[in-house]
Amino acid sequence: MSERAAVISGIGQSDVGRRLYRNPVELTLDASLAAIEDAGLTRDDIDGIATYPGNMEFPPGFSGAGVTEVQDALRLNLNWYNGGIENPGQLGSVITAWAAIGAGYANHVLCFRTVWEGSAQGDKGRASVTMGGRSGGGFRAGGFMQWSLPFGAPSAANWIAMCAQRHFHEYGTTREQLAQIALNARKNAALNPKAIYRDPMSMDDYMNVRLITTPFCLYDCDVPADGSTAFIVSRADAAADLRKPPVQVEAIGSAIHGRPSWDQWEDLTTMALRDAAAMMWQRTDLTPADVDLAELYDGFSFITLAWIEALGFCKKGEGGPFIEGGQRIARDGEIPVNTHGGQLSAGRLHGYGFLHEACTQLWGEGGERQVPGNPEVGIAAAGGGPLGGCLLLTRR
Amino acid sequence: MSDDKPFRLLPRVEDTNEFFWTGGKDGELRFLRCQTCGYYIHPPSPICPKDLSKDLAPEAVSGRATVHTFTVNHQPWIPGYDPPYVIAIVTIEEQDDVRLMTNIVGCSPDDVHVGMPVEVTFDEHEDVWLPLFKPRGVDR
Repeated sequence: MSERAAVISGIGQSDVGRRLYRNPVELTLDASLAAIEDAGLTRDDIDGIATYPGNMEFPPGFSGAGVTEVQDALRLNLNWYNGGIENPGQLGSVITAWAAIGAGYANHVLCFRTVWEGSAQGDKGRASVTMGGRSGGGFRAGGFMQWSLPFGAPSAANWIAMCAQRHFHEYGTTREQLAQIALNARKNAALNPKAIYRDPMSMDDYMNVRLITTPFCLYDCDVPADGSTAFIVSRADAAADLRKPPVQVEAIGSAIHGRPSWDQWEDLTTMALRDAAAMMWQRTDLTPADVDLAELYDGFSFITLAWIEALGFCKKGEGGPFIEGGQRIARDGEIPVNTHGGQLSAGRLHGYGFLHEACTQLWGEGGERQVPGNPEVGIAAAGGGPLGGCLLLTRR
Repeated sequence: MSDDKPFRLLPRVEDTNEFFWTGGKDGELRFLRCQTCGYYIHPPSPICPKDLSKDLAPEAVSGRATVHTFTVNHQPWIPGYDPPYVIAIVTIEEQDDVRLMTNIVGCSPDDVHVGMPVEVTFDEHEDVWLPLFKPRGVDR
């Protein structure tokens, strides 16, 4: 399998905060240089860049840096680069690094994702950065947003809430069950010094907080944040002498076989994660029973539930009963989930945080929140709706 | 706008979508339809995804639909859109893979449910007729 061609040799992360009010390019360089050092490389070794979503001015805070700003700041000599938003989820950008190395275009690819949505919103809340924030002034919606904006549905919160509602309808899933995704994240965040919300959260807290868009309450929605996360993806035979034993990627999942749409996707209870997860398992002899930890996207709580089903930790439709009570997905449960606190409590680093945490755990660098038992196999998965990409990681 | 209608963010009307956004002027919900195989195509595309025919034309449908899923929105995302309001994805009667994101009006948010039969009703704003849906047989 071509995944063997490359490995993860280093990881890095900038300061993370609710609102840092710092230059996002600087955050990106902090994360990038930390990852390069973690790998035992210098910037002269970096000959590729992959990033999501590339340089974008709108929505504010969504993209902290593009390829060119990082290349120029570090005066990198690149043989290959790619920055863009049309990818299999946020981690799809990391998956492109595998393709580039497999094809022989690069030896050490710097991958990064930077957000500053916390600072961009300031004290005005999410409405200031959603599409609706530009209301008036003759603005008209084009592209796919024309089908949702006129009906007051500008946010993925609305769209994913309707996926969750359909799951509730078909399978009898409840808010009490869904709450476990948020409660588990908060419990883990208490042990993560970089997490944004670390105070204990109870079921009562969850059930009594304000609703956003049913069935989602505030705690089903991730917390906008500032921060940058970076990885070094290296050619396997160029990583043998580096600082740490590299994390191997056993298989990747990038497939999408249904319609690429938030509302026309035929089975809203699965979203595109279904196809990415299925592809990943087709490319390995490992099975869900071999997995020691799973870092699963939680832009909204329901997405984690859908990944749990898509990845086969339980049967389709049985995610609600599977997470009920929270023991199975706890840090000491049968499949620890979102051990850093996820985006719900540790901050919306947009996909890259899950891969960072999976590597951290596989390297045994989790500190207080380290998963017991010397974990060897992990999953990092990101994306929801029509976006999904995942990686099966091993330490051997 | 001289009346007291709430502010609405409107779609950009172009050659490719005008039939859809202005159909309400004639009380019609219209979709692009393949003239060779009869398949309804939404969102509009230059080609039929079933038989690759380019012989496509807008046609009116019954306006009857079923609520596939919904959410009661409580968040004030956009000034002028006052919560709570119901956002839904409805499936048209003629073809079960044609869906519209819309609002359910003419009933309490508490009365909306998956599988609910609804019918189209239009809200006119400038040069656009937004297709909303209400319980069948009731006035708004």
